[in-house]
Amino acid sequence: MIEIGKSKRKRLWKRKGLEKSRKSTANQENFRLQMFSRRAFVVGLGQGAIFSILGARLAWLQVAQGEKYLNLSENNRVNVLMIAPDRGQIVDRYGVPLAINIRDYRAVIIPEKVDDMQMALTHLQSLIDVKDSDIKKVITQAKKTARFVPIEIRRNLSWEEVSKIEVNRPHLAGIYVDVANVRYYPFLDATAHMVGYVGTPSQKDLTGNPVELLPGFKVGKTGFEKAYDETLQGGPGQREVEVNATGREVRDLTVNKAKSGSDLTLSIDAELQSFVQERLAKHRSASAIVMDVHTGAVYAMASHPSFDPNSFVNGISHQAWNELLGNIAHPLNNKPIDGQYPPGSTFKMVTALAGLQSGAITTGTLVKCPGHFTLGRDRFHCWKRWGHGTMNLTNALAESCDVYFYKTALEMGIDKIAETAKQLGLGDKLGFDIQGERSGLMPTEKWKRARLGEKWQPGETVVASIGQGAVQATPLQLVTMVARLVNGGRAVKPWVTGYVDNLPQYNEKWPSIGLDDYHLKLIKRGMDRVIVGDQGTARGSRIPEEGMQMGGKTGTAQVRRISKQERDDEVKQEDIDWQHRHHALFVGYAPLDNPRYACSVVVEHGGSGSSAAAPVARDILWEAQKRDPASNAFKPNGGLPRSHERDRS
Amino acid sequence: MILGNKSVIQDDQSIMFKLLHMNWFLVILLTILASVGFLSLYSAANGSLSPWASRQMVRFFVLLGGALVIALIDIRWWYRLALPCYFIGLLMLFVVEMMGHVGMGAQRWINLGVIQIQPSELMKIAVIMVLAKYFHVATSQEMSRLSFLVPPAILVLLPVALVMTQPDLGTSLMIVMCAIVMFFIAGASIWIFVVGGAGVLAMIPVAWMFLHDYQKGRVLTFLNPERDPFGAGYHITQSKIAIGSGGISGKGFMNGSQSHLNFLPEKQTDFIFTLWVEEWGLWGGLCLMALNAIIILYGIWIAFRCRHGFGRLLAFGLTTNYSLYVFINIAMVMGLIPVVGVPLPLVSYGGTAMMSALIGFGLMMSCSIHKDSKLPRM
Repeated sequence: MIEIGKSKRKRLWKRKGLEKSRKSTANQENFRLQMFSRRAFVVGLGQGAIFSILGARLAWLQVAQGEKYLNLSENNRVNVLMIAPDRGQIVDRYGVPLAINIRDYRAVIIPEKVDDMQMALTHLQSLIDVKDSDIKKVITQAKKTARFVPIEIRRNLSWEEVSKIEVNRPHLAGIYVDVANVRYYPFLDATAHMVGYVGTPSQKDLTGNPVELLPGFKVGKTGFEKAYDETLQGGPGQREVEVNATGREVRDLTVNKAKSGSDLTLSIDAELQSFVQERLAKHRSASAIVMDVHTGAVYAMASHPSFDPNSFVNGISHQAWNELLGNIAHPLNNKPIDGQYPPGSTFKMVTALAGLQSGAITTGTLVKCPGHFTLGRDRFHCWKRWGHGTMNLTNALAESCDVYFYKTALEMGIDKIAETAKQLGLGDKLGFDIQGERSGLMPTEKWKRARLGEKWQPGETVVASIGQGAVQATPLQLVTMVARLVNGGRAVKPWVTGYVDNLPQYNEKWPSIGLDDYHLKLIKRGMDRVIVGDQGTARGSRIPEEGMQMGGKTGTAQVRRISKQERDDEVKQEDIDWQHRHHALFVGYAPLDNPRYACSVVVEHGGSGSSAAAPVARDILWEAQKRDPASNAFKPNGGLPRSHERDRS
Repeated sequence: MILGNKSVIQDDQSIMFKLLHMNWFLVILLTILASVGFLSLYSAANGSLSPWASRQMVRFFVLLGGALVIALIDIRWWYRLALPCYFIGLLMLFVVEMMGHVGMGAQRWINLGVIQIQPSELMKIAVIMVLAKYFHVATSQEMSRLSFLVPPAILVLLPVALVMTQPDLGTSLMIVMCAIVMFFIAGASIWIFVVGGAGVLAMIPVAWMFLHDYQKGRVLTFLNPERDPFGAGYHITQSKIAIGSGGISGKGFMNGSQSHLNFLPEKQTDFIFTLWVEEWGLWGGLCLMALNAIIILYGIWIAFRCRHGFGRLLAFGLTTNYSLYVFINIAMVMGLIPVVGVPLPLVSYGGTAMMSALIGFGLMMSCSIHKDSKLPRM
C-alpha cells in the first residue's frame, strides 16, 4: 500500500514535472495525426485516381478496342487453309480411269511467314535441287499475289528431298512440303485428244473462283477436261485450324470439306480405244471412230499422231511444244472431229439415196460406164480407166462406179443431194460433246451464189456426186452417215459423255428421218457387196470370223487434181510426195446382218481407200465386235463405286 | 535510442481477445482474392490442379496461418524488431549479391530448400518498418529539418542500391516509391518532394547510361511496342490482345485462347491478370480491381484507427506497398508502363511474393489488433 502510495506520489510528481513537455507531446501527437490524415487522404485520392485510370484502360481495351483485339486474337490462333477439291475423274464405260489424280510432293513457300525470301530459298537450294531461275520466278510471283498464298518452288520431290526439308524444318521457316493431286492420264496418247489435258490457267481462264489461288491449280485446256471443267473442278473446302504461339496446329476448329468434282463416265471403251490408236499408228496420219449405230455411243475415237497429255500437266517445254506445232501430221488436231476431207466415194450412198428419193434412179436403172463421162466440153473420168460396163445401183456402189453417180446426180441436181446429205448428218455440226467439231461442207446452188456470187455449174454437181469438189465432211459426220443408213433411218447423233456422276447425259432414242426402208435396203445391199461381192472394192478386207462380217464403202479423195499426164502414165500413189497422195477413206458397219457398230477411217494421204483405209476398218470393227461394248449395260462409272467413295473408304 | 526501452513487453490482451478482434473481414477478402488466383492457375494449366493451383493453395493457407501468428504478436515486439529485421534483410541482400542463384537473368533468390526467398521483397517490408519506427514520434520541427531526414534516406538508399545492382529495377523503384509515401505521410515538407522530383527528372539521362541493355530495351519497347513485335514487345502486344479480345463478358472460364495457346508469356505469374480478364472480361477485371480497392481501403482504415504513429505509418506504408504491386502489375499487363516483372500479389503463382504480401497483411492486422497499445514515446 505504502509502496503504491509512494509510487503514486512519484508519478504525480513526475507528471507535474513533465506537464509542459507532456502538453507539447500531445500537441505533437495531434500534429502528427492531422498531418497523417491530410496527407493519407491525398495519397488515398491518388490511389483512387490510379484505380480509375486502370479501370478506364481496361474498359478501353475491352470495349472500345475489343473488336480489334478479338480479330487479332482470332488471327493469332486461327489459320484458314483452303482445301483443294479433288478434280473429278474421267472413266470409260467400264469404269477404267482415263484421267485420275495422283499424289505429287511439292515445296511451297508462304511469303508472309518469311522475313527474307532470298535467304530462305538459298538455304533450301543448299538442301535440294532448285534452279536459280525458279527462285527468281518465285520472288517475282510473291510480289504479285497475296502474302498468305503459298507459292510453289518445286514439284516432284522425291522422298529423300521431302525428308531433307522436314529434318531441316526449324531452319526453313515459311517453307513447307505440300502434297498435291496431279492429273494423270494412264492411257497416254490414246485418249489425249478426247479427254484433253489440264494446265496452269492463263489470265483468260480465271473465273474468280477462290480455288484458283491454290498453288498448282489447273484448268482444263482441251477435250473433256475443258468442256466439263467446271463440273470436274468441284468446290474448295476450308479448314480453320487453331495454332499456338509457335504456329503449330493444335486442332481443327471447323472443317468444311472440299466438294470433289463430279466424275465423268464416257461411252468410250478404253481397250478398244487403245487398240484403234495402235492400229492407226501404222500410218503416218489417220483417224477413226467407232460408234453404236442405234444409240450413238462412241466407243472409240482416235487421232494419229497423238501426244502424251501428261507432258502438258506440269507445263510442256518450249522445244516439245514447237515440235508438236511443227509436225506436218498435226498431232494436236483431233482429226475425227476437226479434220475436214472430201468424202470421195464414201459420199456415193448420199447420191444414190438422193437419186432413189427423187426418182432419178430406181432398182432397174442401168448405166453404161465407158470409163468416162462427157458433159459439154468437159470429160469426167471414172476411177476405172477402161470402164465398168453396165452397172445397176448395187454394182455401182460395190464397184464404186463414178459414171453411174455422175449421171444420177445430173438427173436431180445438187440441191436434192444436199437435202439427203443433210438428212444423213453431213454439212452441219452434229452438236458433238467434244469441243472443236467442224461443220464440213455440203454445197448447194444457193450456197455458191451467196459465197462466190456465181451460178452453180452442172459440172460441179458431177464432181460433188462422188464426194469431190466443194464437198467436205469430218470422219464424225461420215460415221454418223453410215450409222443412219444402216440403223433403219434414225437420226442418231454421236455422243461420248455418258454420266456426270450418276446423271445420264445422253440420248439413246432417236427419231426417224423418214427414209424409205426399201431405199435403205438397196443402199445397204450395195455396201454389203463392197466387202462380200466378188467385184467389191474392199473384198480384200473381209472379216474372216463368222457372223462378224462388215459392210461399208471405200473412198479415195483427191487432194489435188490428177493431171492428164499422170493419168496416162498411171502414176502410182506411192511414187508421189506424201502430202500429194490421195486421202484413203472407209466407212463401214458390222455385223452385216443387223449392224451394231459403225466405223469411219480416214488415212490421210493413204493412197486408196481399199488398200489403206479398209484394212484398218476391218481390224477395228472386228475388234469392236470381239469386245462388244454395246452388250454391256451402260452404268455410271461402269457400275463400280465412285472414285471418291473408293478413295475415302 | 531507436532500439527503445528495455522493459519487458507485457501483453495487455488475452489471445482470445485478440482472436476476437482479428480482422476476419480482411482474411475473407484475402481468401477470395487468392481464390481468383487458384481459378486462374487451374485454367492456366488447362484445367489441372498441377502444377500450379494445388501448390499455390497449400502455400496460401500455410502462409495465411503465418500471417495470423504475426498478427497476434504484440505490436511493441515489431516496434523493437524493426531495426534487427532491417539489418537481417540487408545481410541477405549481400548474400544474394555474393552467391545468389542466377534466375530469370538476375541474381535475386536465396534457395532455402523448402522455399526460395527473394530478400528484396522482405527488405521492402523491413524498410517500411524501420521508417515507421523512425518517424513514430517525429515532431513537426524535426520533420522540417533536412538533417533529420538524412538518416532515414540513407536507410532507404542502402538497400535500394543493393537491389539495383542485382539488378532489379522494378523492386528498387518500388522501395523508393514506398519510402517517398512514408516521408510524405510522416509530414516531410512539400518542397523536398518538389525539389526531389525536379532532381530525378534531371537525373534521367544520367541514369539511362547506367541501365542494362535489357532494361533500356524494356523502356524503349514500352514507348514503342512495335519496335520488336516478336521480342520484348511481344509480351505487351500479346497481353493487350488477350485483354482486349476478352471483351465485356470474357471468353469464359478455361476458354482464353491467347493464354491456352501459349501466346501469353508467363501467364501463371506476372500476366495472370491478363489471363483472368481474357476469360472473365471487363466485369471480371473490374471485380478483381474492386476487391483490391476494398483491401487497400481497409488497410487505410486500419491506419487511421491506430492510436500510435508507428502503427499508422506501418499500416499505411504496407498498404501503399501492396497497392503499388497491384497498380504496377495491372498497368504493366495493360501496356501502360514497361514490363518490370512485378507479380499481382496473392493471385500470381509464386511463393516469395505471396509470403511478403501475407507478412505485410499480418503486420497490418497486428497494427489493427494492437491499435490502442502504448508505444514508447521518444
